[in-house]
Formats: sequence, C-alpha cells, structure tokens
Amino acid sequence: MTAYKIMFYLFAAMIIVFSILTVTSRRILRAAVFLLFVLISTAGLYFWLDYQFMAGVQLALYAGGIVVLIIFSILLTSHIDQKFSQPHWSKRIMAATAALSGMGLCLLLFLQHTFIHGTNPPIKNDMTAIGTQLLSTEHNGFALPFEVISILLLAAMIAAIIIAKKGK
Amino acid sequence: MERYGIPLEGFLVISTAMFFIGIYGFLVRKNLITMLMSIELILNSVNINFVAFNSYLFPENMQGNFFALIVVAIAAAEASVAIALIINIYRRFSNIEVENIDEMKY
Repeated sequence: MTAYKIMFYLFAAMIIVFSILTVTSRRILRAAVFLLFVLISTAGLYFWLDYQFMAGVQLALYAGGIVVLIIFSILLTSHIDQKFSQPHWSKRIMAATAALSGMGLCLLLFLQHTFIHGTNPPIKNDMTAIGTQLLSTEHNGFALPFEVISILLLAAMIAAIIIAKKGK
Repeated sequence: MERYGIPLEGFLVISTAMFFIGIYGFLVRKNLITMLMSIELILNSVNINFVAFNSYLFPENMQGNFFALIVVAIAAAEASVAIALIINIYRRFSNIEVENIDEMKY
C-alpha cells in the first residue's frame, strides 16, 4: 500500500461520504459546507492525477466562488436554524431506486468494457502549455471555445444582474 | 495500465457514485438551493470523468482538460443565473420551496 494509493482511497471515501451528506443533511448551511468538502476532495483528485491547473481552477472557482455564492443566497433566503422535514418515505424509496438502478447499469456497462489505454508519452500539461494551447488558432487550438465561453460568461453576468435587480 | 496501482475504473466508480447521489438529491430535495447543490454535484462528477479519461487514455492530448475547464466556466454561469432567479423568486413568494411556486402552473 503506497502513499499514492492511500491518498486516492482517502479522497474517494471523502467524496462519497460528503456527497451523501450533502443530499441528506437536514440543515441547509451544513449541506453547503459538505458540498465544499466534496469540491475540495475533487481538487485533491486532480492534484493526484498531476493536473495542477485544473485543481487550482477547481479550488478557486468551485470551492471559492460557487460555494460562497450559494452560502450568500442561503443567508439571504433561509432561516439557518430551520430543519427540513424528512421527505416522504415513498418518495425517498422511488428516488433511491432510480439512482441505484442507474448506477448499477452504468457500473455494469463500464466494468465490462475494456478501455484502450494510450501508449504515447504524456505531454507536459503545465500552465505554459495550457495557456499556449488555449489561445492558439492552430491545429488543436482552443481560441474559439475560449471566446465563446467569455461571451457566455458576460451574458450570464448581465442576465444575473438584471434578474436580481429590484423592479421599480 | 494502472497509475500508482489505481486503474481508470477507480475514477469511474467515484464519478458514477457522485453523479447518482446528485440525481437522488435532485429528486428528493424540495428547496431550490439544495437542488442547485445537487446539480453542482452532477457537473463535478462529469468533470472527474473528463480529466481521468484524458489522463489515462489520451495522455498526449489536452482535450479532456479543456473540456473540464469549459464545464467549470459554464457551471459558474449557471450558478450565478440560478441564484439570481432564486433571489427574485424569494422576493415574490417569500420562500423557495418548489411546491409553493405554482403560479404559472396550468
């Protein structure tokens, strides 16, 4: 059992346990904090795979940005002391059946499939390589998706301001 | 091929579990913000898949990495618009339970 294996199993256990707590916790602020733990463990998995930039984006944007946004909206719209009522048992059983059967189907499919692993030597995916390829217009460049995503973000920001603005 | 003794399937099992936990939460929860959290779980599990496939199957490319980056950007846009909608709904109905928001129901 190497340290790498231990790290992987630790992150995996944290992701699954905190995901379950996120969807079952009856206090909304606790659910948001459990979601934060899930996102941080996911960033740990990216570090494990040696994708440092992806892990940094995960920490800064997801764990830093989206969770703070969610916590702010919780504070604006909910009473923190209030506990959710337990959902009806028939609803819980139906949802669990749907989720478990879908999960079983997916596991069955991909555990039987043999993946063809790449044999080429891995490229360095450090910050320089990512930045160059993200803005390159050559083959394998991602300049167009980058511009499209910028316009989408701008549109979403303007839309969010207009929707949340108080009417006259 | 394994990396440090972990096969690709390890990552796929984690992301599948996370995806369907998100589905369960989306079906069971009634509060709009907790439903949004379930959607974040689903998007996050898809990201793990992209990065793991990129790392194990196509190590000479970076497509999976860029796809994951774009998914994160879209998740941020989606969360900001959704939260703006939730705040607006709260102003009109004074709560954000899905069962009480039925004004447009036919």
